[in-house]
Amino acid sequence: MNFVVCVKQTPDTAELPKISAAEAVSGDIKATLVLNPWDEFAVEEALLLQDRFGGDVTVMTVGPQRATEALKDAIARGVQKAVLLDDPAFAGSDAWGTAAILAAAIRKNGPVDVVLTGKMSVDGNSGLVAPGLARKLGATLLTQVVKIVDISGGRITVERQLEEGRETVTATLPAVVSVSKEINEPRYPSFMGIRKAAKAVIPTWKLSDLGLSPSEVGAAAAKAQWTDVRKPPARASQVVMIKEATVEATAAKLADLLMAEKVI
Amino acid sequence: MDFRLTEEQEGIRRLVRDLVEREVKPLAAHTDETGEFPWGPLRTMAKLGLLGLNIPEEYGGAGADHVSAAIMIEEIGRGCGSTGLIVAAHLGLACGPLNRFGTEEQKRRFLVPLARGEGLGCLGLTEPGAGSDLAGGVRTFAEKRGDSWVINGSKMWLTNGAEAKTAILLCRTDKAGGSRSLSQIIVPTDTPGITFGKPERKMGLHGSHTYAVSLENVTVPLENLLGREGFGLHQTLETLDGGRIGIAALSVGLAQAAFEAAVAYAKERKTFGKAIAEHQAIQEKIANMATAIEAARWLVYRAAWARDQGLPYTRLAAQAKLFATEMAEKVCYDAIQIHGGYGYSREYPVERIYRDNRLMAIGEGTSEIQRIVIARAVLGER
Ligand SMILES: Cc1cc2nc3c(=O)[nH]c(=O)nc-3n(C[C@H](O)[C@H](O)[C@H](O)COP(=O)(O)OP(=O)(O)OC[C@H]3O[C@@H](n4cnc5c(N)ncnc54)[C@H](O)[C@@H]3O)c2cc1C
Ligand SMILES: Cc1cc2nc3c(=O)[nH]c(=O)nc-3n(C[C@H](O)[C@H](O)[C@H](O)COP(=O)(O)OP(=O)(O)OC[C@H]3O[C@@H](n4cnc5c(N)ncnc54)[C@H](O)[C@@H]3O)c2cc1C
Repeated sequence: MNFVVCVKQTPDTAELPKISAAEAVSGDIKATLVLNPWDEFAVEEALLLQDRFGGDVTVMTVGPQRATEALKDAIARGVQKAVLLDDPAFAGSDAWGTAAILAAAIRKNGPVDVVLTGKMSVDGNSGLVAPGLARKLGATLLTQVVKIVDISGGRITVERQLEEGRETVTATLPAVVSVSKEINEPRYPSFMGIRKAAKAVIPTWKLSDLGLSPSEVGAAAAKAQWTDVRKPPARASQVVMIKEATVEATAAKLADLLMAEKVI
Repeated sequence: MDFRLTEEQEGIRRLVRDLVEREVKPLAAHTDETGEFPWGPLRTMAKLGLLGLNIPEEYGGAGADHVSAAIMIEEIGRGCGSTGLIVAAHLGLACGPLNRFGTEEQKRRFLVPLARGEGLGCLGLTEPGAGSDLAGGVRTFAEKRGDSWVINGSKMWLTNGAEAKTAILLCRTDKAGGSRSLSQIIVPTDTPGITFGKPERKMGLHGSHTYAVSLENVTVPLENLLGREGFGLHQTLETLDGGRIGIAALSVGLAQAAFEAAVAYAKERKTFGKAIAEHQAIQEKIANMATAIEAARWLVYRAAWARDQGLPYTRLAAQAKLFATEMAEKVCYDAIQIHGGYGYSREYPVERIYRDNRLMAIGEGTSEIQRIVIARAVLGER
C-alpha cells in the first residue's frame, strides 16, 4: 500500500496576527514557520496506516527551499521519504495550480493508494487543495475524515464528521482523504527521528521533472488572482474584569451585564 | 567561530518546547500547588528518549551532545522548574557518573534502565553534617564485609530520592579519613535498610521531591563500587562539574519564562495613559533582563560545548552556574517588579518561578563554592 501526505509550511498560529499583507504577498514571511498544524494529523494518520497495512509513506510540499523544514518535521516523526516541489514557475499558483503540481509529483512518485491532506492550511484557509488534487488525479475525494475503518480489496471505508453526525462511507481507491483533528493524536518527533531529519538529503523536483508546462502553473495559470491583500482591521474590544465579594455576586453582576448587552 | 546551533540541536529545542507547551507548562501551577510528582510529562520524555539524551546509544541513551542536553533542560525549565530539576538531577547526577565511571557490566545493569527512562536516578552526597564540606563531613560509612558493602548512616536532600530506582551514595570507606577515604557506591533504592523520610517542605520546586534517607545495614555487592575505591571525592567533583551546567541551564530557562511573562504583561498593563512598556524605567529593566539572559545562555552553551570537545570545563561550568543562577534571581525579581502587586500573587507565574529559582544558587555547590572554584582556577591553585 502506498501513501502520500501533502503538507504545507505555514506560520506558527500564535504568530499569524503579526504577519503583514506585504509579507503574505511576497512569501517572505518574518515569523516562525512550522508544519501546518492540521497536517500533523495527516502525517500521523499516514504513519498509522503504514503500521496497519504496510507500504511506503512519502511526504510532499509545494514551497520554497525553507519549506524543507516542514518535510524534516515529518521525517522526524517517522516518514521515510520526502520531496520538495519548487520552481520559479510555481510562484503565484492558486489552489488549483498547487493541486496540479502535487498531482504531477504524486504520479511521478509511483502508484498511490491513499493521498492524505490536512483539513485546511492555517494561513490560506481555503480547503481547496484536496478537492483539486482528487480532480487532477481522478481519485475519490473524502473530506472531514475522522476515522479510517479499513482499506481492502481496492476499497477504503472511512467515517466522516458532518454537522448532523457521523457517516460511514466506502469508496474506491485511489482516494484523496482530508483529515480532521479528531482522527488521531499526533506523536512527537523522536530524538532518533530528529537525527535522521538533520541528515536527510531531500530532493527537489522542478517543473521539468514533473512534465508540466509553464502554462499549467504559477500566476499566469491562476484562476483566482490575489489583486489586493489586506489585513482585516483590528477588532476593537474591551475587557471588563468582574470581581465581587462572593462568587454568587460576581455571577449575578455578570448576568446583569450580559442582559444589558442583550447577549442573554 | 560559528554561534549557530546544529540542525539536531535546533530539532531538540523544537521538540522539547512543543512538549513543554503541551504537557509541562499547563501542569506547572498544579504541580506547585499540590506537590504532585509530574509523572505524566516524564513518561512522555522517557518514550522520546529524552531521559537519556546525552548518554551513548549503546547504553540506552540517544547519543546527543551536552549542548543538546543543556538546551533540553533550559526548555523544560522554561515550563516548570520542578520538572527541570527532576530531569537535571537524573541526567547529570545519576546517569552522568554511571556513564563516566561505570564498568561495562554496571552500565548494562544500572545505566541502561535509567537512560531508557524506565526509572529515575539520584545522587546522595549531602548529610546533616556535610554539605559544602563533603571531605570533612561525610559520616555515612560503607564497610567491606565478605563480598559486600554494608552501609550505615544518613543522607539529606536527595532530589528524586524515593521516586528513584537507583541511587549513587558517597560513603566513607576508610575510617582513617583523608582525601582518599570516600567512594561512590551504587545502591538500588529497594535494597532493605533504606528508609526515605517524607518529602521536605520547601520554598519552591514542590514537584521535585527532596528526601532525607536513613541507611541501616544496607548491603550491596562489592562490585557496586562505582569507579575507584578512595576516589569518591574526585569523582563527585567531576560529576558536579557536569551537573552544574544543567543547573545553570535550568536557571536560564526559568529566567526566560519570567522574562517572557514580564514582557507580555508590560505591553498590556496601562498606567498614566500608556502601556507600562512605554515607561523608560520599565524598558531599562527589560533591556537588562534580555541582555543578562543572553549572556548567561552563552556561558552555559560554552561550558557544554567545551565538555563536548573534551576540553577542561570545570571553571567554565562554575562560571556558568554562578552567573546564570544569580542572573535569574535578578531577572525574576524584576519580572515581579514589572507585574507590580500581581507579581506577588499566585495568579501569575512569576512568583512561582522566583521561588523555584532560589535553590539554583545553593544546590550542586553554592555560589560561594563556585567562587572558590573559579578563584582557584584563576589563581592557578588547581
Ligand atoms: C507568494 C504567494 C502568492 C500567492 N498568490 C495567489 C494567487 O494569486 N491566487 C490564489 O488563489 N492563491 C495564491 N496564493 C495562495 C496559494 O495558492 C495557497 O496557499 C495554496 O494553494 C494552498 O491553499 P491553502 O493554503 O488554502 O490550502 P488548503 O487547501 O486550505 O490546504 C488543505 C491541505 O492541502 C495541503 N496543501 C496545501 N498547500 C499545500 C502545498 N503548498 N504543498 C503541499 N500540500 C499543500 C495540505 O495538506 C493542507 O492541509 C499565493 C501564495 C503565496 C505564498
Ligand atoms: C532542593 C534541594 C535539592 C538538593 N538535592 C541534592 C541532591 O540531590 N543530592 C545531594 O547530595 N544534595 C542535594 N542538596 C543539598 C545541597 O547540595 C546542599 O544544600 C548544598 O551543597 C549546601 O550544603 P549545606 O546545605 O550543608 O550548606 P553549608 O555547606 O552548611 O553552607 C552554609 C553556607 O556557608 C557557605 N559556605 C560553606 N563553606 C564555605 C566556604 N568555604 N567559604 C565561604 N562560604 C562557605 C555556603 O555557601 C552557604 O552559604 C539539595 C538541596 C536542596 C535545598
